[in-house]
Amino acid sequence: MIKRHYLLICFSLFLALVMALMPLPLSTDIFRPDWVLLVLMYWSLALPHRVNIGWAWVTGLIIDLATGSPLGVNSLCYSVCIYITVSNFQKIRNFSIWQQAVLVGLFLALYHLLQFWLNHFLLDIYFNPEYLWPALTGMFCWPWIFLLLRKYRRQFRIR
Amino acid sequence: MNLLFGRTISLQFRLTVAVILSILLILGDRYTSGGTVLRTSLHTLVSPLLYFANVPYEVLSLGARSLQTRDQLLDENQALREKQLLQSEQLQQLQFLKKENQELRALLSASAREKSSRLIGQVLSVHSNRYSHQVVINKGTIDGLQVGQAVIDELGIVGQVTHTGTTTSRVLLVTDTTHATPVRILRNDVRTVVEGMGKLNQLTLSHVPHSQDVRIGDVLVTSGLGGTFPEGYPVAVVTSIDRDESVPFAKVYAEPIAQLDRVRLLVVLGKRNLESRND
Repeated sequence: MIKRHYLLICFSLFLALVMALMPLPLSTDIFRPDWVLLVLMYWSLALPHRVNIGWAWVTGLIIDLATGSPLGVNSLCYSVCIYITVSNFQKIRNFSIWQQAVLVGLFLALYHLLQFWLNHFLLDIYFNPEYLWPALTGMFCWPWIFLLLRKYRRQFRIR
Repeated sequence: MNLLFGRTISLQFRLTVAVILSILLILGDRYTSGGTVLRTSLHTLVSPLLYFANVPYEVLSLGARSLQTRDQLLDENQALREKQLLQSEQLQQLQFLKKENQELRALLSASAREKSSRLIGQVLSVHSNRYSHQVVINKGTIDGLQVGQAVIDELGIVGQVTHTGTTTSRVLLVTDTTHATPVRILRNDVRTVVEGMGKLNQLTLSHVPHSQDVRIGDVLVTSGLGGTFPEGYPVAVVTSIDRDESVPFAKVYAEPIAQLDRVRLLVVLGKRNLESRND
């Protein structure tokens, strides 16, 4: 029974990974929200005893491998973000959905800054404000992801 | 009833372990290089994901191709035929020139140019890390690919293979900030190095003295130094020169010749083996 829960969570993460890797036209590529982190955040708020830092670390490593970034960068950023959501899940759950979205936007901005900062040391790149677009688009995607995944969780009784 | 964090490992401890592991990974990845077994197997693990993410694009392009009209196809066919005719004429000359070159080299007792194998790879359309310029191709160690092989398209140098899995590999483009290509100017054989700047249409020449003979429109070809890129493939064309005497070096910018924004089919050049390079 427990295994079925994990399989269903894995499936949602797999879909998010595919969405994150799918090619988009160059003009819209900079607005691509970070689907994987959004889905991870949802599960860490809904089931903090199942999905927490270990999941974030492994998923981050997969993202690192699949997008060819220096290994460990996304694992580190995901772990830190999920640590924040998991340690405050009771507070965040009580917020209304739009308040949650604003908070998630802040976490995403933190994630992108952290990721930029690590890449800055490793790859010699410079800051460009458009690197923060995904935080904004991610914020507007949060309510829909939240509702969709809540439906998914209740439908399959994932606990 | 699930115990929330009652008797499990504390979150702070988990975070500490995750951070330490990540830092070890980052350092390990930074200070080792090449296609180690561990790295290859890790990249092999995610290859199915990459192939899966590529499916929507393939379906769309298949749909677009099946909607082409007969006239369009005939026109394209005609154009390709003409191009092939012109190229095969040049090829006839090439055979003759090659033979002549070989004989001249033999007369000069210079080392013969070695032949290398070639492999055609197709670019998988998947999203890559946006802080670096790279593409994924559908060939891997199964096809004999190795880290460090040069990759070209029909016009010029595209980049080099940096990571290999069994069925996919990553190609770092010449425009990436961490990539530098040893080149020489075709007109006067002056050697220099072009570096990527993180822009798809611009490269920069590093450490060019004000007195050096560089002009706008000069073609830069690989010099063969460094051993990664074979000699003589076009890399870039010089587009702007700023000779400001108040700074130590002239600022020279160039535009890549390969069409890096629309790469689809690529040729991976075989690695020259060390034995033939030594003699």
